[in-house]
Amino acid sequence: MSDRTETTHARTRRLPQINPVWLLLAALVAGIILMNPGFVEPTGYMNFLKRAAPLAILAAGQVYVITSGGFDLSVGSLITLVVVGSSMLTNNDPAATYWVIPLMLGMGLGVGVVNGLVVCFLRVPSLIATLGMMITLNGLAFLWSGGAPRGYLPDTYRFFGRELVRDVPLVGFIPVSVIVLFVVVGILAWLMHRTNLGRQVHAIGDNPVAARLAGVAVNRVRITAFMLSGLSAAIAGILLGGFAGVSTDVGSGYELQAITAAVLGGAQLLGGRGSVFAAFGGALALTAIFTLLNFLGLPQPVRQVVQGLILIAAVALAMHRRKQTGT
Amino acid sequence: MTTPVIEMKAITKTFPGVRALSDVSFDVRTGEVQALVGENGAGKSTLIKILSGVYQADSGAVLMNGKAVHFRHPVDSLRAGISTIYQEFSLLPERTVAQNLFLGREPRTRLGLIDAAKMRDETKEVLALFAAAGRIDPDRIVGELDVATQQVVEIAKAVSTGARVVVMDEPTAALNEAECEELFATVDTLRERGVAIIYITHRMREIARLADRVTVLKDGEVAARFDEVPAPNEIVRAMVGRDIADFYAPPASPDEVGGLVLSVRGGGNAVLDGIDLDVRRGEIVGLAGIQGAGRVALARALFGDAPFERGDVTLDGDAVSFGTPRAAILGGIGLLPGDRKSEGLVLMQSVRDNGMLTSRAFASLWSSDRRNAHSDTVRMDGLLDHMEIRAASYDQDIRALSGGNQQKAIVARWLSMRPKLLIFIEPTRGIDVNSKAGIYHLMRDLAREGAGILMISSDLPEVIGAADRVLVMQAGRIVAEFPHGASEQDVMHAATAESEVAA
Repeated sequence: MSDRTETTHARTRRLPQINPVWLLLAALVAGIILMNPGFVEPTGYMNFLKRAAPLAILAAGQVYVITSGGFDLSVGSLITLVVVGSSMLTNNDPAATYWVIPLMLGMGLGVGVVNGLVVCFLRVPSLIATLGMMITLNGLAFLWSGGAPRGYLPDTYRFFGRELVRDVPLVGFIPVSVIVLFVVVGILAWLMHRTNLGRQVHAIGDNPVAARLAGVAVNRVRITAFMLSGLSAAIAGILLGGFAGVSTDVGSGYELQAITAAVLGGAQLLGGRGSVFAAFGGALALTAIFTLLNFLGLPQPVRQVVQGLILIAAVALAMHRRKQTGT
Repeated sequence: MTTPVIEMKAITKTFPGVRALSDVSFDVRTGEVQALVGENGAGKSTLIKILSGVYQADSGAVLMNGKAVHFRHPVDSLRAGISTIYQEFSLLPERTVAQNLFLGREPRTRLGLIDAAKMRDETKEVLALFAAAGRIDPDRIVGELDVATQQVVEIAKAVSTGARVVVMDEPTAALNEAECEELFATVDTLRERGVAIIYITHRMREIARLADRVTVLKDGEVAARFDEVPAPNEIVRAMVGRDIADFYAPPASPDEVGGLVLSVRGGGNAVLDGIDLDVRRGEIVGLAGIQGAGRVALARALFGDAPFERGDVTLDGDAVSFGTPRAAILGGIGLLPGDRKSEGLVLMQSVRDNGMLTSRAFASLWSSDRRNAHSDTVRMDGLLDHMEIRAASYDQDIRALSGGNQQKAIVARWLSMRPKLLIFIEPTRGIDVNSKAGIYHLMRDLAREGAGILMISSDLPEVIGAADRVLVMQAGRIVAEFPHGASEQDVMHAATAESEVAA
């Protein structure tokens, strides 16, 4: 009888399980279309995707760290450092882009390695370790620019954030940033859900003791998760540098938005469960909420209030579901 | 005959898609121990949770002293005098024994401050009821006490709150032989004080020792009710619906035992000393001893988790020294941890992912999760099928499975690695009778295929029945060796003899 119990339980739980984030997104998009029918045109939704791209990429990276049982708060200031650093290094030289971009990606990976090493070997909880890194990187960005960054990046650099691919059948045009978005999310989703890395990220977040006793190289996996998060921040920074100008607060607040997006997508805080696609959906939903608030003409502080409430609500919902499924 | 304190009448409880209990009636009287037995999933826990107010029955009635009661919340039943002692304790580990006993109802002085002296005295009074009391200082921090003593504190807490009914859910699961005896004495004390005790267990011996009456649940129904404790076979037959003929697998014949797999000479570390140990291909070596004797420490030393600091270890002829579990696994050792949930399973992952965890851990991070050098999804599914794991799908979360099936998935994890030496720690803890037999036979099959097996268990009959040789540990040393079929008494004596003198 015990097997029958399990069977029926599993079936009822498995049946039509659609992640609520997609329903939320659909409702929000319907709301946007009601307020702005132009959204159904390629210019409408492509611009939306373009605006969502940095956050979505960041959330796709963040979901690795969350699923492995940690947080990465350093990504916002890493974005700032990438933008500020790029403007200092390119120094208006279009040709410099070709070495600055790989260098920035390398810097993202490097920050991830440091975060990972601090968490693994100095045993600092990731929340604190990456908070420290966040403050440090912010300071570095200020120091590097002397507080007054050059407000310009060469067009070669801004290509990724700003350019469009034209004459595309069906949709007319696709922003380069949207292509970057799909490629990055596609690769991160594949890594998370189809490789040994992804399975082990889940395992160490679920139960690090069991994972270690099963032979998982816990530190290696954890550091890799931080590296992917750092890399995603560097990519998001390169896109943001393309859309917006250079400033020392370009990345601020992105870390919490990325965590909110991942949690909206059903990632389990404290680890063990997380989906890259759902985090992507969470980022789109969050961007859609901001878009709606914009249409309603609500000021920036309201946006913060809403974001805070969403984060709490999403976590509360996740905890409720977890309790129901009986952990 | 006294009227029952608790009477549960025609209880039915349905969960989505499954009838957990149908028409179950059950009662318990003052001053008796009523054993509640049944395989995992038979409905024992559901019944207890209805009694303690965690669940509400769909139909049926609960009567207390003849009056109908409705417990909507565990606090309701606690107030009514029903105390449930779960396997996981509800004590606060950072507080003292006295603070735990009086949690939420601390005696006050006239100034409204906590009256620590009174609390201490009353704690002593309550503890004095139990044989183990001499050991317990009311000011000790609970987290520093061993599991058995914590259990006494938990029971003392129930008594001090004036519990009329105490429910004990597999109380001996984490105890060794000597501690079990103490627990039995504690239960006797409770019974003498007129407390009604509902005692859930898998172990026939405990029923014979303690119970006044026995109720057997099977598939959510009462399968049998005994007003006197019958022979164990009768209970087992009622539980599983048939006799279990060959519970333990037969021991290894001499030609099945091959060359040395593992050899330790003079192994030691902070808790172990002078360990000389040989395990041969095809044999199951059992490790007996009381809690803290160093059995688990020895397993952890071999597995590189808390390595030896001195001595020599030879594995399959090569001198080895493993500093991490990962290195030990690479060298050919596997280990089934004693605490499935906290050390063995990744609960939120699928059955298949649990089975493939180790083989994936030794493959490239960036390659496909479907196939690696040791296993692939098709072979893993075949292995899980072969072990008759009952699951709706191997994609389902492993936490929904019964303990026995979860254990088999961990065994599958190691099978795909083909280890030379496999260490089982408490392999059958908390799993039902049928699955236990399955695990014993699985261990024997593995040995026949050429692995050496080291088995640690606190269930003495199990060590003696399943192992070809039994080594007894005490205070970090191996102190005795017995062949298959030794008497429990002799092994017990070797495990405790000297420590009594030392204490």
